[in-house]
Amino acid sequence: MTFIYPVDSNKAHPLPLSPDYKSSIKRAPNKPLIPMCHTLSELTGPVYGHETVREGDNDLTTQHSGEPIGERIIVHGHVRDEDGRGVPNSLVEIWQANSCGRYVHVRDQHPAPLDPNFTGAGRTVSDAAGYYRFVTIKPGAYPWGNHHNAWRPAHIHLSVFGHSFVTRLVTQMYFPADPLFPFDPIFNSVPDEKARARMVSSFDLENTQPEWALCYRFDIVLRGKNATPMENH
Amino acid sequence: MQDSVKPDGITPSQTVGPFFKYGLTPTGDYAWNDAFTNSTLTPDVTGDRVRIEGRVFDGDGVVVPDCMLEIWQADAQGRFADPQDKRALPNASFRGFARCGTDKDGNYSFDTIKPGVVPDPDGKPQAPHILLAVFGRGMLRHLYTRIYFSDEAGNAADPVLALVPAERRATLTAVREAGKPVYRLDLHLQGDAETVFFDV
Repeated sequence: MTFIYPVDSNKAHPLPLSPDYKSSIKRAPNKPLIPMCHTLSELTGPVYGHETVREGDNDLTTQHSGEPIGERIIVHGHVRDEDGRGVPNSLVEIWQANSCGRYVHVRDQHPAPLDPNFTGAGRTVSDAAGYYRFVTIKPGAYPWGNHHNAWRPAHIHLSVFGHSFVTRLVTQMYFPADPLFPFDPIFNSVPDEKARARMVSSFDLENTQPEWALCYRFDIVLRGKNATPMENH
Repeated sequence: MQDSVKPDGITPSQTVGPFFKYGLTPTGDYAWNDAFTNSTLTPDVTGDRVRIEGRVFDGDGVVVPDCMLEIWQADAQGRFADPQDKRALPNASFRGFARCGTDKDGNYSFDTIKPGVVPDPDGKPQAPHILLAVFGRGMLRHLYTRIYFSDEAGNAADPVLALVPAERRATLTAVREAGKPVYRLDLHLQGDAETVFFDV
């Protein structure tokens, strides 16, 4: 199948400059981006499959000698294209804070405890239907210096490849009904309410495992449409 | 097909944030292994081995110590390691992708090979170039740019460089150091020397 990547789809993304997010002020280009046609360089992309992922890399609760503290959760869903088709064999990388809202990163100075049993990094490859699944710990909210009493809503960072270099996506998955949403300039940098909703996972009772873990579903929609759509039947 | 309705749009981008290193570029500093390094080189790859290096600056000219850069490129024969490139596939284990985090002084570097000529959609040759994606704290979506090489005569006829005002083309051109297979290109996210970024 041949894919096209309409530039219009990018309207879902935040604008580079979002002044409420202070770090964007000196890091957003001032000059307009230059439009260009996609060449083979843009229409192809890195291919990485199961050889990139070790067994167990999608379970962030079993990477150390003991179990991490916090609420064990399942996060799963499909990587899809804009037509809704699953994107197979796509590398999905995640990283996140621990249940107390502390990252293992050396520069995170939030006075919340580190968990010796939690690094907070994982990766997997979507299967033939585009399905992926992680087991992890629900991350905590944490304060940051953007403005007075600024707190990030709990989130999991995701990095996804897809069919080409222009489908590359780095985003954050949020949890349903977080009371911090109205106050978070990063979440609200996405101008359209419906688009913001696509960054929020849904609670998945059906796939919650009794006596073990709550489940959240998060579908990731990448750029890419069928270049030769079938006639409607 | 699985139970799906047509999505009402793509998933929006969010910043990679300041704390991606232990997940995406741990380089031995964290209890996690690297999926990628800053090198595309494989033992069997053919072509001229080059290093591309430089620094990343913000709009105040201050170095950016928490950027992540990714490159994607063709092999020395101008072929991509992706089955979607319907021409003859590379016969080496070269994959054409690498990732690098900037250090505390804003430095990045890639070890790779100089790519070959890739055709544009009209079949016109593009000068050797590497695609570069720039991610960082403060960047709500990554930016796309290209790296060209200062010693390539084909730059003058490159159809993408031709879209760029002449006075800004230097921001896309890595400059070869005398006597070494090293090219330097600094990136400026904002300001007078702002790197050209493409709307792709």
